[in-house]
Amino acid sequence: MIKLKKKTPLIDQHDKFGFYGNKFGGNYCAETMRKPIEDLSKLFEKLRKDRKFLKKRDNYFKHYLGGETPFFKLENLTKHLGGAQIWCKDVSAINGDAHKAYHATVNALICKESGKRYIAGDTGAGMFGKNLAMAAKKMNLKCKIFMGTKDISRQAPNVKFMRDAGAEVVPVDSGSKTLVDAVSECMRHYVSNCDNTHLAVGSAIGCNIFLKICAWSTSQISRELKKQLIKEFGEIPKLKLINVIGGGSSALGFWNEFIEYDKKHVELIGVEAKYAAPLSTNARVAILHGAAQYCLTDKEGQIAETHSLSAGLDYPGSSPLHGLLKDSGRARYTNASDKEALAAFKLITKLEDIRPSLEPAHAWSECIRLAPKLKKSDVIVVNNCGKGYKDKKIYIEQLGYYPK
Amino acid sequence: MKNSINNAFKAAKKENRPALISYTVCGDNTKDKSLQILNSISKDLDIAEWGIPHNCPTADGKDIQNSSYRALQNGIRLNDIFKLVKRFKKTKPSKPIILMGYYQMIFNYGEKKFIRKCKVSGVDGLIVVDLSFPDNKNFAKLCMKNSICFVQLIAPTTTVKRMKEIIRSSHEMIYMISTISTTGSALKYSIKRIIKNYNFIKKIKPSKNVVIGFGITEKTISNLKSADGLVVGSAICREITRSLRDRQNPVTNVSKLVRKLKNKII
Repeated sequence: MIKLKKKTPLIDQHDKFGFYGNKFGGNYCAETMRKPIEDLSKLFEKLRKDRKFLKKRDNYFKHYLGGETPFFKLENLTKHLGGAQIWCKDVSAINGDAHKAYHATVNALICKESGKRYIAGDTGAGMFGKNLAMAAKKMNLKCKIFMGTKDISRQAPNVKFMRDAGAEVVPVDSGSKTLVDAVSECMRHYVSNCDNTHLAVGSAIGCNIFLKICAWSTSQISRELKKQLIKEFGEIPKLKLINVIGGGSSALGFWNEFIEYDKKHVELIGVEAKYAAPLSTNARVAILHGAAQYCLTDKEGQIAETHSLSAGLDYPGSSPLHGLLKDSGRARYTNASDKEALAAFKLITKLEDIRPSLEPAHAWSECIRLAPKLKKSDVIVVNNCGKGYKDKKIYIEQLGYYPK
Repeated sequence: MKNSINNAFKAAKKENRPALISYTVCGDNTKDKSLQILNSISKDLDIAEWGIPHNCPTADGKDIQNSSYRALQNGIRLNDIFKLVKRFKKTKPSKPIILMGYYQMIFNYGEKKFIRKCKVSGVDGLIVVDLSFPDNKNFAKLCMKNSICFVQLIAPTTTVKRMKEIIRSSHEMIYMISTISTTGSALKYSIKRIIKNYNFIKKIKPSKNVVIGFGITEKTISNLKSADGLVVGSAICREITRSLRDRQNPVTNVSKLVRKLKNKII
């Protein structure tokens, strides 16, 4: 079993080759990319210690993304399930409608600092694409978004946002026409344009520096949550933090400040989509998009196709940091089917005013399974990390309605 | 170390020309067809590179992606590739063959088992696109131990310090990426600039055989004649795609193309 290092931030627990626990991550990339990612690493290490830059970031988070996202108890759901108290960290209330707003904004800021004028990113559900397009517009950068053609059609509202913000949406028609292909194509674009383009990888995946920037950005969520918990409970109560996992960027942000707590005190639970579930189905370690990670493959080692109603979860790999959390026993992983996620959406929206997108609906599904088995003193917090409007069409197709 | 790769460069040098190196994807479009293509073009080649198809090839352009896709659709597996190499070497034992692929395929198969299989099948060299310096040190050693040439890459973005380290740790052949791009796109730099980069690398250690690849076609090949070797990949894969589309025989078409390429460098 891998042991986590004490007093070391999760993203910094790698060796000089970028490996976590000697097993996950690394920099499996073409020689052409080595210098650009080394430059980016140096820049990032400088910026994260630079007070002026941190102030700029905080200003953007506060005034551009709208500041702290709400934290509240779901009284009706708690009562209905009759077990643990259920709380919602409503990250979807951010300007930008999902946690990807933090990560996109930070990438645009870094791009600006690097002096590059072009920024390129991949997207599945379109949340990262939309936020990157908006941040690029705000900071006067030229933006290209790579997106699978299947996702372009199923997440049309977000595609419109990207185009309206002036980004070029590049349709990717290879392979399964989903996120995995979009990431590959975006990396190819970077290999060909790394001299003038900043690569913003859409999740906590890719070569070491990309997942570090991502998890560093989204950790704003847990910084806020920690304060909100103390304000509400006077201490950090016995907690279960439930988060959906696609690549795993929102969970890393939601959990970051709680890694050092004992797992009996703060339990971390990740929920994957049932047919895109490398962490909860004992997938093997494979190399995908520049890093070693738990990943679905066939026997020959070819990357497997996945199936999920949710575009953001339709990805065969997982963040190397989740591999680390899994193998160290710090987090546990489970999954939910399309059907279970839809049923969760139905129940949540009947009882409460939140409208989760398909991705957090998976986390809600695990919350609904778990809560009745727990005591009233137990506290469950779910990261409601995306707004449901983008999936309105899918919800209507599947459920026959979309609540007001 | 057996010297088939070195000998191939020496033979080309004797004829005062660069070594011609092809890249095709093993199994494109079928196992037998890919072997027929290689057998047919090998008379004009000095070294053959065979791609191991992978379905997430992040450094390849459209042409090689298409070839890999066809090969995978037709069910090629790593064990088939070793068998095909063996068949090729049986008829052409002195023609060096280099396998080129992504590390995932090797990692999944197991490094040691992979190298052992390479050795018994007659593979002369390996290029692993996404296993770059210094992460490749152990793997390169393992290759050396088994008399397999591990070919490292140098890109236009590689710093001088890094370049020196790569050259120091390299075996008899080094692959210079001509331009900042994936495989098969047009040359972004002038020929002059590419040759300048090439000469810079050669100067560091003249005894290494340095080949130039990426973006080399019928049009550009004669301008780069001064290199130790030139790799043509995407242009050949494109010819296979075209032949299949036009219901022509890829074996004869690709052979004609390779002959033309050869004629441009003699």
